[in-house]
Amino acid sequence: MAPLSPEIAVASGWHRQAYRRVLVGYAFILPWVIGFLLFKAYPIGASFYISLHQWDLLKPPIYVEFENYVRLSRDPLFWTSLLNTLYYALCVPLRLVLALALAMLLNRSWPGINAARALLYLPSATPVAVIAVVWTLMYHPTFGAVNTIFGYAAIRGPKWIASPEWAMPALIFMSLWYVGPMMVIFLAGLKGIPSVLYEAAAIDGASAWNQFKNITLPVVSPVILLNLVMDIILAFQVFASIYIMTGGGPMNRTLVLALYIYQHAFVWLNMGYASALAWGLFLLTFGLTLAQMRVSKRWVFYQ
Amino acid sequence: MGVLSMNGSAPKTLTLGHVTGWGRDLLLLTFLVSAVLIFVLPFIFMLSTALKLPAQLYKVPLEWIPNPPAWHNFVEGWTIRPFSRFATNTLTIAMVAILGDVLSSALVGFGFARLQFPGRDALFYVLLATAMIPIQATIIPVFLIYNGLGWINTFLPLTVPAYFAVRPMYVFLFRQFMLTIPQEYEEAARIDGASPLQVFLRVFLPLSKPAVATVALFSFVYHWNDFFEPLIYLNSLEKKTLVLGLTMLQGQYDEFWHLLMSVAVIIALPCVIVFLLGMRHFVQGVTLTGLKG
Repeated sequence: MAPLSPEIAVASGWHRQAYRRVLVGYAFILPWVIGFLLFKAYPIGASFYISLHQWDLLKPPIYVEFENYVRLSRDPLFWTSLLNTLYYALCVPLRLVLALALAMLLNRSWPGINAARALLYLPSATPVAVIAVVWTLMYHPTFGAVNTIFGYAAIRGPKWIASPEWAMPALIFMSLWYVGPMMVIFLAGLKGIPSVLYEAAAIDGASAWNQFKNITLPVVSPVILLNLVMDIILAFQVFASIYIMTGGGPMNRTLVLALYIYQHAFVWLNMGYASALAWGLFLLTFGLTLAQMRVSKRWVFYQ
Repeated sequence: MGVLSMNGSAPKTLTLGHVTGWGRDLLLLTFLVSAVLIFVLPFIFMLSTALKLPAQLYKVPLEWIPNPPAWHNFVEGWTIRPFSRFATNTLTIAMVAILGDVLSSALVGFGFARLQFPGRDALFYVLLATAMIPIQATIIPVFLIYNGLGWINTFLPLTVPAYFAVRPMYVFLFRQFMLTIPQEYEEAARIDGASPLQVFLRVFLPLSKPAVATVALFSFVYHWNDFFEPLIYLNSLEKKTLVLGLTMLQGQYDEFWHLLMSVAVIIALPCVIVFLLGMRHFVQGVTLTGLKG
C-alpha cells in the first residue's frame, strides 16, 4: 500500500483526535447519561404508558385508553387536591418577602451578625420529619407553644392543624420557618450592590422606600425570579410535612396532589390512575414554570 | 445627635437607606433580635419538651424550663424503638450514597466543564432542566424497575442512583468550581502525557476539595433527612431509617411527646452540627447554585 500523503495523514490524525475527543467527553458524562435515561426520561414516558392502563400490580395491566384521564376530570378529590396544592403554593410569595426582608436585615457588619445568620438558617438544616413532629406539638390546641403565646395576649387560638379552616394556614405559616437557602441567595445578591449607589441616592434625598424600589428591587429581580421558580416547584411537591402532620386531613383540607398520588400508587396500588395524576402534576409544574419565564421578561431587570 | 455612632454598630453596607441615626439602627436591631428569637423558639420548645416528665407535659400554662430536667428521656426514647438499628441503617445509606454522589457528580462535572465535545452545552441545559421534574412524576416507573429487580426493602434504591449523578445541583456545583481552575494546571499535566482520566484524578479532583466538601455536606443532609423514598422502598422494621422511626413513634404514643421530642433532638443534632461546622461550604454552595443558575 502506498504511503499516505502528508495532508491525508494529518487529516485522518485530526479526525481520529476529534473522534477520540467525542468518545472521551461522553465517557465522562456517561454516568449522568445513563442516570438521565433510566431515572428521568424513561419514567416520564413510561408513566404516560402506564396511565393508559388499569393496573394493581397483582393482575396483568388492562389497556383502558384515556379512561384514567376521564376519571380524573370527574374525581372531586383530584380537584380538591389540585386546589389545596395551589392554596399551599401561596406560601411562596410570603416566603420570598420574608427571605428578602431577613436578608436585608442580615446585610450589615454588626458584631454577632454571623451568629444571627446561622440561627436564622438553622431550621433549614433540620430534617423535615423533625420539623413536622415539633410543629405538630407546637400547634397543639391546649399545651402547644403557639397557643400558649397567644394565651399570654389573652387570645384563644384556634385548633390549627386539627381545624379544617386553620390547617392549611398553619402549614403555610410553618413553611416560613425554613426560608434559609432563599435568604442566603438573597443575601449574596444584596452584597453585590455597591453601597455607593445608596449613598448617592441618599444625598439626592431619596427615601428609604424609594431606594428599595429603585435600587434594591431591580438588582435582586433575577434572584427573585430564580427563587420564585424553584420554590413553586418545591411547593407543588410538598409531601413529608403534610403526610406526617395531617395525613391530608382534617376533611381533606390539606390533601395535596403529591399526597393523593402517593395514596393511589402506594396505598391503594392504582398504578394507572396514580400515573395519570403524576402526569397532571408534571404538566402543571412544567406549564407554570414556562409561564413564569415568559411573564418574567416584563419585570426582571438584567444588568 | 446620631452622627457619631459610639456603639460600633454602624452598618458598613446599607440596604434600607441612609443612616439617619442610632434610632434606625435600634429599630433594625430590634427586628433582627425578634426574628432570631422567633426562629429559635421551636428549638427551645423541642428541647424543653424533651426534658419533661410525663406529668409536666400537659401543664397549663406551659412550663418553658422543666425542673428538674429529665435527662434520662434521651435513653428511654432511644430504646423505646430500635433506634440504634435505624441509626446504623441511615449511616450506611448515607455513606454509600455520599461516595456515589461525590464521585459521579465530580466526573460528570469535569466532563461538562473541561472537555469539548458536540452537544455538550445542549446536554448541560437538559441536566439543569431535569431539576424541575417533580419526584412524584417519575416515582412509579422507577419503583416498578426496583420491584422487578427485587430491590424493594433493600437499601439499593436509595444508594445506587447516587452513582449516576441524579442530582443536577451537585453536578452544577462541580462544573462551576472546575471552570475556575486555571488552564495551566491541565496543560502541564497533558504535556507530561497524562490522559484525561489522569488529569481528572490527579489534578482536578485534588484541586476541587472545597466542592467535594460542599457536595458531601449537602448529600449527607439530603440522605439523613430524606423521607419520601425510604417511606416507599423500606417496609420492614429492621430496614427503617431514623426519620421513619421517628414518625412511627408519633402515631402510636400520643402521651409520649417527651420521648418523641428527645428522639427528635438526637436526630436533628448531627445535621445541626454538620451545618455549623460546614456553614461556609453551605453558604457557598447555596449561593453558587442560586446566583449562577
